Amino acid sequence: MIYLQLFLSFLQVGAFSFGGGYAAMPLIKQQVITAHHWLSVSEFTDLISISQMTPGPIAINSATFVGIKIAGIPGALCATIGCVLPSCIIVGIISYFYIKYRHMDKLQSVLKMLRPAVVTLIATAGVSILTTAFFGETFKIHLVVIFSLCVILLTKYKWDPILVMILAGVMNTIYYFI
Amino acid sequence: MNTLKNKLVKLFFSTLYLSAFTFGGGYVIVSLMKKKFVDEYHWIEEDEMLDLVAIAQSAPGPIAVNGAIVVGYKMAGLLGIFISVLATIIPPFVIISVISIFYEIFKTNLIVSLMLEGMQAGVGAVIASVCFTMGSGLLKEKNKLYPVIMIGAFIANYIFNINVMIVIIVCIMIGLLYSMKGVQS
Repeated sequence: MIYLQLFLSFLQVGAFSFGGGYAAMPLIKQQVITAHHWLSVSEFTDLISISQMTPGPIAINSATFVGIKIAGIPGALCATIGCVLPSCIIVGIISYFYIKYRHMDKLQSVLKMLRPAVVTLIATAGVSILTTAFFGETFKIHLVVIFSLCVILLTKYKWDPILVMILAGVMNTIYYFI
Repeated sequence: MNTLKNKLVKLFFSTLYLSAFTFGGGYVIVSLMKKKFVDEYHWIEEDEMLDLVAIAQSAPGPIAVNGAIVVGYKMAGLLGIFISVLATIIPPFVIISVISIFYEIFKTNLIVSLMLEGMQAGVGAVIASVCFTMGSGLLKEKNKLYPVIMIGAFIANYIFNINVMIVIIVCIMIGLLYSMKGVQS
């Protein structure tokens, strides 16, 4: 039964993709191309570029995309539920223990060393995004200017981050046409 | 009861809104969640947010979904998880469904690609400002190990492409050693 197959395939993607984002890609590829022949290689490449251009995690995007193609909206639902179910169970259990035991001294001192690393990992993701944007094909100085303006709007004037992101897109479009 | 209902409604719509605009991967939604739930609503403390991010990062599955689960659980237990996960998957679900029909038009549209290119700079700015606030908050604690961990984690992750899972595990080890040393002295 196709719905069950979609569900089980994406259950595996959800359960074994550690590290988020692109770490899930080889797993998705294995499931949808190698194991089940749901997509061709070029369709898979299209899926990755759609994922880059749209919001949402690659795993969820793939589940929806493959599900719709194979078995319509119900198929997309089964695949997406399969994809998030392992997270709900595993992260739910960890959160339960975190909330219960976070005031323990030992856990506190472990978490203390984790915090600077987490900030750095977020910053690193930011640096990767910016280097791709600035030095993609050629050096794009206008993006550096847009970036600097956004930082000022966010830190000095405390603008809403989503508004700032959209404004950045609008500024880039206007720049192209003038 | 009424306040819980209000909270859940607020949780649903803010997660939905964040998810609809998370271009560029899990860390972006984490930065946006910090702005919304720590700075704006004051539902979660800053330190706690960092712990929740670590949980979201080290468990399997998309970071955005895991982030929604930790925040949802913290706010309202199992019901909170259900609401925030639902709100997180609705936007990509709807958008991908629509795009898979109009893919060719979408792919070749100039305005779409210009908007997306510019938004990358905006995303970078959001991450930069969140990291600056959280990083300077941590450095004010004057723990000598913090800058070492920050520089080490950056080199490991950015230059040597070491998996974030390993970075997190190493930091947990450092924390364990540090706490044992603290007990001895």
